[in-house]
Amino acid sequence: MPPGSTPHAYTAIPGWVRALAVVAAVVVVLPLLAMVLRVDWTHFVPLVTSESSLTALALSLRTSAASTVLCIVLGVPLAVVLARDTFRLQGLLRSLVLLPLVLPPVVGGIALLYTFGRQGLLGRTLDVLGLQIAFSTTAVVLAQTFVALPFLVVSLEGALRTSGSRYEAVAATLGAPPGIVFRRVTLPLVLPGLASGAVLSFARSLGEFGATLTFAGSLQGVTRTLPLEIYLQRETDPDAAVALSLVLVAVAVAVVALAYRRPAAARTGSGRTTAAAPAGGNVT
Amino acid sequence: MTLSYQAVVAGRGFDVALTVRPGETVAVMGPNGAGKSTLLSSIAGLLRPDSGRAELNGRTLFRLGHEAGGGKQAWTPPHLRGTALLAQEPLLFPHLNAADNVAFGPRSTGTGKHAAKERAVRWLAEVGVEDLAGRRPAQLSGGQAQRVAVARALAADPALLLLDEPLAALDIHSAPLLRRLFKRVLAGRQAIIVTHDVLDALMLADRVVILEDGKVAEEGPTREVLERPRSRFAAGLAGLNFVPGVLDAAGVRTAGGLEISGHAEELEPGPGEPDLPPTPGSPGVAVFPPSAVSVFLDDAHGSPRNSFPVTITDLEPHGDQVRVRAGGLAADITPAASADLALVPGMTVHFVVKAAAVSVYGT
Repeated sequence: MPPGSTPHAYTAIPGWVRALAVVAAVVVVLPLLAMVLRVDWTHFVPLVTSESSLTALALSLRTSAASTVLCIVLGVPLAVVLARDTFRLQGLLRSLVLLPLVLPPVVGGIALLYTFGRQGLLGRTLDVLGLQIAFSTTAVVLAQTFVALPFLVVSLEGALRTSGSRYEAVAATLGAPPGIVFRRVTLPLVLPGLASGAVLSFARSLGEFGATLTFAGSLQGVTRTLPLEIYLQRETDPDAAVALSLVLVAVAVAVVALAYRRPAAARTGSGRTTAAAPAGGNVT
Repeated sequence: MTLSYQAVVAGRGFDVALTVRPGETVAVMGPNGAGKSTLLSSIAGLLRPDSGRAELNGRTLFRLGHEAGGGKQAWTPPHLRGTALLAQEPLLFPHLNAADNVAFGPRSTGTGKHAAKERAVRWLAEVGVEDLAGRRPAQLSGGQAQRVAVARALAADPALLLLDEPLAALDIHSAPLLRRLFKRVLAGRQAIIVTHDVLDALMLADRVVILEDGKVAEEGPTREVLERPRSRFAAGLAGLNFVPGVLDAAGVRTAGGLEISGHAEELEPGPGEPDLPPTPGSPGVAVFPPSAVSVFLDDAHGSPRNSFPVTITDLEPHGDQVRVRAGGLAADITPAASADLALVPGMTVHFVVKAAAVSVYGT
């Protein structure tokens, strides 16, 4: 039934709750509006297509794509183990994995520096192998993966828990070994959750600033991603900073729209899976 | 081609031993929480018992705990057991169409794409839904989906088919059709069917096993169990009054001191049971149908009759009769008789039953 034709059901929302909800929406929307109003539209195109801007944008897209792939490759197994397995200290592991969500990114950057940096935990070993990670594009990807991984894990673990393990049990009794169950049952059932998790990870990578600056520095074309470029431009050319900010807002809006439309489409489309619905919701 | 099974799940008070012979379908019945699902899950390998051993056609399913003795423990994962499980809900994979669902088992065990597809179409035809091959599960009705699920389970070519109340979730129109389908596909197939419906046991199973509180309360050929129940649950299934007690010369004496006389039944001794007739003093039951019970307001003790005072707990319609429930027993009387006696719950009446209508046998 289309949403317009559903009869109004009774909802018990007190007036003051509605009022505060409006204030909350204003808190989010007003700053964005203020920024849009400051955009210098006449110079908008030259500002966002300057060489340094395009370099930063290209680097951002490249590194974010790489870190999203890394998040999927590492985050899917982690989410599966957290959702399906039972082992000691599971709760602790789950909390630790979620830590980057609440940690100030600059702290994450320092932690990464003391892991992969020259004087870091693995730095000497990597040095011997001829690898220098800190202040390289690899460092940017690592920093982004560090902060974005929890988004994918949380969203996918939620989807896995919702879909439950009953289909997997049936598949096993039909003779499917664990590898085939994973590929042909587990993954397809949580695909919408995985997609929205990946999109959110990409968005978080794209916006990453603190950890990148601390761990990778701000070297044009190597580690200076779009957020770093915006921060730098703000000192010298505020108009350029605002214009580039708007580009990031546009990308973010597109990403969020993509992430939150998918489950709805899956639900109404072909009744594909019940797992999809809460996947996005878990991430907020 | 035999399943031999014995397992203990301490946390659930489950301790069951069971054998399914080649080509035999066994119905497992019992109250909720009796351990029926635990039984199926542990055979399928979805639940690990604390101890026990099970073999299917010579292959060890598990050998655990002290049952393994000094020898090594063994555990076969579900996908190597050949025990397809069909549950109450069809649980068709929602992202695959009907044909791909049915082809899932063969594909998973290495059958080529074409051969698996052919097998799927054949099994869909066998359960009468070949025209739905291209449909997604969301586009199927409950009965259609369960048919596809049956085809999927059979296409996996299981050595033992496990059915967990496969008709319970269907509406009253689909269930009889599905029951007929099961009758056809289960013929000569080794299967265990968990059910609440005595009709399933009668129509589909060669033998019935009654579970109560995680133990086997009774087992035997379905007809025999229903005619000569030795457990309260089986008596309830057969719609019979069931009075357990101790055998004496005339009949059965209950723990509460009630004496019920009846005629002793000759019973085929079960395997490992002592020969009959049972000696007085051994446990036995008196069993009689509600239709043999008359209701009187006062003690009308004719000679070969049993009469005992009871307090009515419930009156309910039962076909064209009124079923009077009192003291754990039931009597079926006509509505006119009920009205004449002005029966209401809480009233004390006498249940009277002829000794000739009471079967007495040892348990």
